Amino acid sequence: MKARYNPMELMITIAARNLEDGAMVVVGTGVPCAAAMLAQMTHAPNLTILFEAGGVAPILPTMPISVGDSRTTHKALKATSMAEIMELCQAGIVDYCFLGGAQIDKYGNLNSTIIGNDYYKPITRFPGSGGANDLASLCWKTLVVTPQNQKRFANKVDFITTPGYLQGGNSRYDAGLPANTGPFKVITDIGVYGYHTETKEMMLLSLHPGKTMTDVQENTEFEILIPDQFETTLEPTEEELKTLREKVDPTQVIIGRS
Amino acid sequence: MNEKELHKGLGKLFGAPNTDDMRLFFKGKNKAMKNKLTSVSEAVSSLVMDGDYLAIGGFGGVRIPTAIIHEILRQKKKNLGFAGHVSTHDCQLLSAGKCFNRCDAAYIVGLEARGLSKNARRIFESGDIEITEWSNAALAWRFKAAAMGIPFLPARVMLGTDTFKYSAAIEMECPFTQQKLTALPALYPDVAIIHVHKADVFGNCQINGILVADDDISKASRKVIITTETIISNEEIRREPEKTVIPYWYVDAVIEVPYGSYPGNMPGEYFSDETHLKKWLLAEKDQETFEKFIEHQIYSSADFYEYLEKNGGMNNMKELVRLEHLY
Repeated sequence: MKARYNPMELMITIAARNLEDGAMVVVGTGVPCAAAMLAQMTHAPNLTILFEAGGVAPILPTMPISVGDSRTTHKALKATSMAEIMELCQAGIVDYCFLGGAQIDKYGNLNSTIIGNDYYKPITRFPGSGGANDLASLCWKTLVVTPQNQKRFANKVDFITTPGYLQGGNSRYDAGLPANTGPFKVITDIGVYGYHTETKEMMLLSLHPGKTMTDVQENTEFEILIPDQFETTLEPTEEELKTLREKVDPTQVIIGRS
Repeated sequence: MNEKELHKGLGKLFGAPNTDDMRLFFKGKNKAMKNKLTSVSEAVSSLVMDGDYLAIGGFGGVRIPTAIIHEILRQKKKNLGFAGHVSTHDCQLLSAGKCFNRCDAAYIVGLEARGLSKNARRIFESGDIEITEWSNAALAWRFKAAAMGIPFLPARVMLGTDTFKYSAAIEMECPFTQQKLTALPALYPDVAIIHVHKADVFGNCQINGILVADDDISKASRKVIITTETIISNEEIRREPEKTVIPYWYVDAVIEVPYGSYPGNMPGEYFSDETHLKKWLLAEKDQETFEKFIEHQIYSSADFYEYLEKNGGMNNMKELVRLEHLY
């Protein structure tokens, strides 16, 4: 029997459900943007979508290619500067930031800068922080969507580009980052994870239909906390899939990646 | 860990935030409202010097001053520094010309959702480039500090991360609240190159859509080169003064370059040429192919319009206009 949805469609749908009506979210292009669009077109028509380059509350006609392209201000409420978007985040107005795939450790720290041990002569150079460090420092809750495998879910990231809970416990706040901010959820093709309230280690919240504990362990270099009780992820509804396929990503730029 | 321990980034600061020196520089700048129309080649040869530090307006593939960057390559400018503030196709171009030896990096070598530039990566992985790490907000606020004429701005980003460790920021304690903050040093570029929608001959500029950091970049830089889609009259500027983003006194040169953001997007005018940008990424996969590619696209083109002609000319531009307006 042909699967009703692919892993990418599942990830986007779950991500979208995490954005409630009336919330404010800063998104990047790709999966985060698709999730925000899907949320806006289903349960959260009053979701305010922000782009770090200056786009405020667009009604997205199609998926932007750049977080600064003209789609990000299509029928928008405002077109402003990056400084102003970051100032909104720093002032505490923005609920969520939504970051894409990167190397992640058990405290939710993200690497998008280098692979290798020598910063000055890396094996691979990636773009760097972009706005990720800022958004994850300043927005109340950080959502991450990424495929899960041993390489991405690393024991130790080669470079902490973007702060999660740093070394766990209270270290994020000791470092000076704003109180009560931090990683919220990680959504992968295997499950949904949150963080332990005290140790701040990554913890299983729900397992996707058909996935097993072995899948979780085999695709993670570190130990993920498994609570006594966890849920099975609710599958995408027909309505969610129809909207995603026909309106959010009709040319399958993102959902075709699966 | 000592809660009050204050750290200092290991990265190099390319230029000290000397506000008093810059006040003197701005005092000495000629503020006469004179006609600043010139050509791309003249602007680059007279205002961009080897070793200068560049700030590039726009957002990598959106509202970028392509004609100026191409000319920087053709004139073989060397040892430049630049702010990698979402530097995508612009970083790719400067890398193709081997024009720089230092970079403040917040976003480099990538083209967002399109992929990574193999050639830019090779250059940044070589160890030959001096690089200091920042975040996008950090660079935006560094420009803002310079625009405000203060040596630094405190912020709550980069704390606790390796991005901070390899930056040139310094942690400080807030004198009022005793919170730990990141002190971001003012960034004063030598030259800003910015593409706008409309400008008059004196350099009063209007920008439609997002500003990114161009309001602050123009105030922070010693020299400012403007390319514009259209020249408009001073009367038109005065009719809608609230639309002036960059006033004339910051500006040194104005050049009319219609379609000047190609292959980037120009908000409200034309969309990015994704097919052409894909060709760049593809050509970069093989060194020999890439050298022929940039020879054909840039070095053998007399100017930006020859480059535009080589890539479909007006017929292609009309298609990009259609895409922008979602007809």
